[in-house]
Amino acid sequence: MMDVGRHPKIKLLAYSEVEDISGYVGNFKVRIRKKARYVDETQCTSCGDCVEVCPVVIPDEYQVGLGSRRAIYLPFPQAVPSAYLVNAEECMGQNPIACGKCIEACEKGCIDFTMRDEILQIEVGAVVVATGMDLYDPTALDEYGYSSYDNVVTSLEFERLICSGGPLEGHLGRPGDLKFPRRIGFIQCVGSRTQDPERGNPYCSNFCCMNTIKTTQYLHDTYPDVESTVFYTDLRAFGKGFEELLMRSRASGVRYIRGLPGEIHADPESGDLHFMVENTTSNRLESHEFDLLVLAVGAVPSRSTETIRQMVSLSKSPSGFLREAHPKLRPVDTPTKGVFIAGSVESPKDVRECVTQASAAASRASILLNKDRFSVDAITAVVDADLCTKCGICAGVCPFSAIQWAKGEPAKVITAACTGCGTCAAECKFNAIQMRHFSDQAIYAQIDAMLEENPGESIVTFACNWCSYAGADTAGLGRMAYPPHANIIRTMCSGRVSPEFVWYAFRKGAPVVLVSGCHYVDCHYIDANRSTTRRIDGLWDGLEKAGVDPGRLMLEWCSAAEGSRWQHIMEQCEEKRVAVSEAEIKETRQLLNEKKTPGPRNPRSRDEHQPAEFRCLVCGESWDGVYQASQERICPVCRSNSVRWIRVKN
Amino acid sequence: MTNPEVRIGVFVCDCGSNIAGTVDTEALRAYAEELPGVVAAIRNKYTCADPGQQEIQTAIREHNLNRVVVASCSPTTYEVIFRNCIAGAGLNPYLLEMANIREHCSWVTTGNGKAATEKAKRIVKVAAARARWLIPQEEEQISVTDAALVIGGGVAGIQAALDLADSGHQVYLVEQNPSIGGIMAQLDKVYPDIECSI
Repeated sequence: MMDVGRHPKIKLLAYSEVEDISGYVGNFKVRIRKKARYVDETQCTSCGDCVEVCPVVIPDEYQVGLGSRRAIYLPFPQAVPSAYLVNAEECMGQNPIACGKCIEACEKGCIDFTMRDEILQIEVGAVVVATGMDLYDPTALDEYGYSSYDNVVTSLEFERLICSGGPLEGHLGRPGDLKFPRRIGFIQCVGSRTQDPERGNPYCSNFCCMNTIKTTQYLHDTYPDVESTVFYTDLRAFGKGFEELLMRSRASGVRYIRGLPGEIHADPESGDLHFMVENTTSNRLESHEFDLLVLAVGAVPSRSTETIRQMVSLSKSPSGFLREAHPKLRPVDTPTKGVFIAGSVESPKDVRECVTQASAAASRASILLNKDRFSVDAITAVVDADLCTKCGICAGVCPFSAIQWAKGEPAKVITAACTGCGTCAAECKFNAIQMRHFSDQAIYAQIDAMLEENPGESIVTFACNWCSYAGADTAGLGRMAYPPHANIIRTMCSGRVSPEFVWYAFRKGAPVVLVSGCHYVDCHYIDANRSTTRRIDGLWDGLEKAGVDPGRLMLEWCSAAEGSRWQHIMEQCEEKRVAVSEAEIKETRQLLNEKKTPGPRNPRSRDEHQPAEFRCLVCGESWDGVYQASQERICPVCRSNSVRWIRVKN
Repeated sequence: MTNPEVRIGVFVCDCGSNIAGTVDTEALRAYAEELPGVVAAIRNKYTCADPGQQEIQTAIREHNLNRVVVASCSPTTYEVIFRNCIAGAGLNPYLLEMANIREHCSWVTTGNGKAATEKAKRIVKVAAARARWLIPQEEEQISVTDAALVIGGGVAGIQAALDLADSGHQVYLVEQNPSIGGIMAQLDKVYPDIECSI
């Protein structure tokens, strides 16, 4: 920590917030608000004279509320920067007439209530997001009595209780009566590994087992009289030196009991805690009593990550932690070029893993920063200014804000920011946007080649590069056999699939068209595949209007890991294909060749949150619901995503 | 929609028995040879191995090829290698197209050689059709500002900032709290060695 404060190449902006990030890889522009400390950090000698006179006493967040501090304070003794600050919201009045005791006490005159927030504008080539995690708040778990009993504490609170820099200065005592806790119980998986959303999160929080094991060993070494008992679901000691520490702890006499307690009761007189637990190793119901209980709370995504996430267009995993570009091969990269992730913002981690990942992120960022110039994949959008009608709709659908547009001006692509998803090209009704390496002509040529001979045998399949194409690869690796009539056109994103491609395929005799892509949470282009759904909604309406069975157009989401799902989708497509007769194909070709293609009736923003009917085009199930563009639709019966949204007319 | 100047080479890979065990690769090669724009179709036991790659480079020179279709595995596996291979023979790397006749065909159409061969033919036909419309692409070069922003001053942010700064880059480390340190600074001891956190 100290090294950071001293390093000539690091400008430390503590008590500061990033307000805006614009630009693109290699060229980000950042606006930072440096909040007023009201103490000149270059002059403050950390003498502490000001603190003694401050009349405001409030809970100390560093001690997790177990101690108190003043409105003027040093966050903790080793704080970097080592300078006091005044919390303006807590201070009795920045007007010295109201209080001003600290100003009088400071001999060096460092305290200045005229200080204002500073706004800094900086330019950087790379961004590392390391906004960390928060800890699970166990208040919701009534049975553990965290909010009712003083002697039930979280693992972080316990860290402060045993720390020599803590509120008890290292003299272990329990919060209720400061009595020495001889019998200490630890309850694992608090807020972790549960399928009940009211009781926490489904994932394992990674560090809690080892943290508890460490604490029990530390207690044994420091206070040999303490009897520690750990109640667990599974003990996970998988890292280097971890199993050895667990063995040491067991050998030191720490009891490990597989089973989590039921309701905890406190004796009103003694403050001692007792509960029943089913020991699932011995299959016996046991009764236990403790002086102090420690809840090993898990991790939750940090609240402050969300604003940053939106600024640099990152996506989240289902757990709410940030998503990496690839779970194995690019674990610290993100879908946004030039932005890297480090530490618990990506998933719960312990100190060592955070350090390792941070070094990896720094190294990845360094590769970029070491270059004077940087080459970007040639799979980017190009606007034909002559065809552009200057409507600006493309700029609205770009998930990366890579299209600049001003009223009356043709759209302009910032090539460095463009990731090549192609959703702008699919949106443009005037063919004014072409994707390099995935041109319209090449896609039409692929459709032609598929349907030239015996079109009835060919399922025209669009698959996105990252998930559904890779899902088909996974089916191959697993040798999951399926019918041979699907032909794949690979695009970077399902958002590249222009409605015109689908009309063209049906006009050329396709029995079935499948558009496939990533699940919403997996979209490699943030939310480009929401545009896919919107276009398919329009196509389903249009097909029906044209007299073609909308069920012949299928939409399915399949992740790279879901080989068996791909196999299942292929089987569903084949069922559709064999049901489409030659006569029907002929009729469709006639209908679509004679008539002008109906314009799509896309969902609009006013449809959001409105009642709607949903109908599965695979099994026929229908149900009522509410339209939400951000929600992935799935048939509750057959799990297909070919679910039509039908506006309910008022 | 054909481009008369196009000269495509198709390279059919046996992949040992991974493809040839199911697909009649010789029939596929002969079929590919007749496709519009194709001037050479060559079969190989392992196209990705050095001899296979050399054969591609030789054929590019001998037949004056300006598009290459490799009918083998998924582009996620070897596209980069084949792009480098054709670039080595003087072709723009974006003039390569891969026809995935392994993951998407031979491995999932097992026990039915005829159907697998027919599917492989369609896959190669579609790839060759796409290849006709591939054009050379140049990757754009953009400038890089030599400075990094690290958001968050917990243990990860601190380490990232130090490593970047030690590598000689200017670093801006932004922390919302008055001190850096994050949750780590609140811990008394850390495992596995039970040492101080700060």
